[in-house]
Order: sequence, then structure tokens, then C-alpha cells
Amino acid sequence: MTGAPELKAPKKAVSHSTLGRAQRWSWIFQRVSGVLLIGLIAVHLTVNLVMGDGINQIDFAFVAGKLANPFWQWFDFTMLVLAMIHGANGMRMIINDYAQTPWIAATLHWALRISTVVIVILGTLVLFTFDPCPAGSDPSLLPSFCEDI
Amino acid sequence: MSPLPTLYRGAEGMWMWVVHRTTGVAIFFFLLVHILDTALVRVSPEAYNDVIGHYKTPLYTFIEAGLVAAITLHALNGLRVIAVDRWTWALRHQKMLVWGVWIGFAIVMAGFLPRHLMHAFGGA
Ligand code: HEM
Repeated sequence: MTGAPELKAPKKAVSHSTLGRAQRWSWIFQRVSGVLLIGLIAVHLTVNLVMGDGINQIDFAFVAGKLANPFWQWFDFTMLVLAMIHGANGMRMIINDYAQTPWIAATLHWALRISTVVIVILGTLVLFTFDPCPAGSDPSLLPSFCEDI
Repeated sequence: MSPLPTLYRGAEGMWMWVVHRTTGVAIFFFLLVHILDTALVRVSPEAYNDVIGHYKTPLYTFIEAGLVAAITLHALNGLRVIAVDRWTWALRHQKMLVWGVWIGFAIVMAGFLPRHLMHAFGGA
């Protein structure tokens, strides 16, 4: 068995200040968004999965009760945008590491960009065009406050 | 005899790097599906309840536990990476911090798992 190749010292020192503007921002963004996401996701999972009736409570009426409140709309919007950019940025680095063939790398990068934009737009529309009391629905599936309308 | 030279010099740190990548990719694909399933609230209450009903089956109970495990590991290890980049103290003690990640993980799961299993199976 032959060993792995010797590691050569880089010709030029690489540090976060010599990375270049775009990569430096990407590096900072992953750290800042990562810390914020820990708080956001911890609250999301505690409210939806731990408190109350846990996984059993999740249905249309539960989501409607939350999304009728602007606090949760903006909370979810922040989480949606940060999580999608943080995740897409991580996937971008992974594509750069493994996709050696240029056309495969380009295809993957475009697939990632398009799916990220589509998902963020879809998620945002859901949060802000949501109707908690859709007309003509079975009242037993709706949140209780719909009766007063 | 000296050991063969190798590219992998990180030991614990290298394994955490593998854990960080795999959990990151898994969480990303979950998030894509999750935003699509949440979008069903715009289709109809029936469509949403129907699909979310699947999340309440025994199989999904374990998938959810796995997801929470992946999120917890990714989050705690991310904090370790930030610390090691930021403070030389953390860099010098980075192996100890790897154990810190696993201990923190054990504590979170010890709190979460009984509660989740009781919700799913205990009717609590
Ligand atoms: C099994 C664990 C999870 C459950 C049961 C769950 C449940 C839900 C529910 C019921 C909603 C509807 C709105 C609300 O409650 O605020 C929602 C929305 C959302 N969740 Fe989760 N969630 C889970 C894990 C996650 C994780 C790990 C992330 C982030 C990586 C996440 C990100 C989001 C986002 C961004 C939205 C808003 C979607 C939109 O814009 O339409 N969730 N989730």
C-alpha cells in the first residue's frame, strides 16, 4: 500500500482576509446565520414538537392559528430565508468540492440556484397569502376563531 | 517504523467534518420537502391534514427523532467550528470540544426523546 501524497505547503498564505470579497462574505454569513438559526429552529421545534400535544397537534387548524399572527409570519419568514441561503451556500461548497467535470458542476449550480429561488418564493407566498378560514371548508377542520367571521 | 503519511490528520475533528457534511445535506433536503408540505395549507385543509397525517405514524416518529438528532449535532458542531476559528484557546482544546459536542448532544436527546416517544406512542 502506498501512502497518501505528501502535503506541500501552499505558495501563498491563505487567510480569511485574503480570500476575496465574495468568499469572505459567504464565510461571515454562514457563521452569523448559523447562530441565528440555532435560536429560530430551537423555538420552532419546541413550539411544534415538544410543547402541547407535540406531533399529534399539527393539523390545518394549528397552522392557521399560528399564521394568523404576524409574529409567526415574520418569524417563519426569517427562518425560511436564512435557512435556505445557509443551506444553499453549504451545498454550493459541496458541489465545488466534488463535481470535477465543468458541465456537471455548472448544471448542479444552476439546479441549486433555481430550486432555492423557487422554494423561497413559494414559502414566502404561503406565509403572506395564507387564508386561515377558506370559504366553503368543513368547519371542523378550521381554527375556532373562524366561527365569528 | 514511522506511520504512512496521510492526508487525514484530524482524527476526532475529521470525523466531525464528515458528520457536519452529512447532517447538513440531510437537513437541506428535508427543508425542501418541508416547505412543499407546508405549502399544502394553500391547497385545502383536507390536503394538508392528509399529508401531515403521515408524520404521525411510527416510521415517521423515528425519522423525526433522526432529524432532531441531525439538527442538534450540526448546530453544536457549528458552534465548535466558530469557536476554533475564533479563539486560540478553543483551537488548543479542539479535541476536548469534540467531546463537548457529543455530551451536549446526549443531553438534548435525553430531554427530547422520552417526550417525543410519549407523544407518539403513549397518548400523552
Ligand atoms: C419534525 C420537525 C418539524 C416539524 C413537526 C415542523 C412543523 C412545521 C409546521 C407545522 C409549520 C407550519 C407553520 C408554523 O408552524 O410555523 C412549519 C413551517 C416551517 N418550518 Fe418546520 N417543522 C419541523 C422542522 C423544521 C426544521 C428542522 C426547519 C429548518 C431547517 C424548519 C423550517 C420551517 C420553515 C422555514 C417553515 C415555513 C415554511 C413556509 O414558508 O411556508 N422546520 N414547520
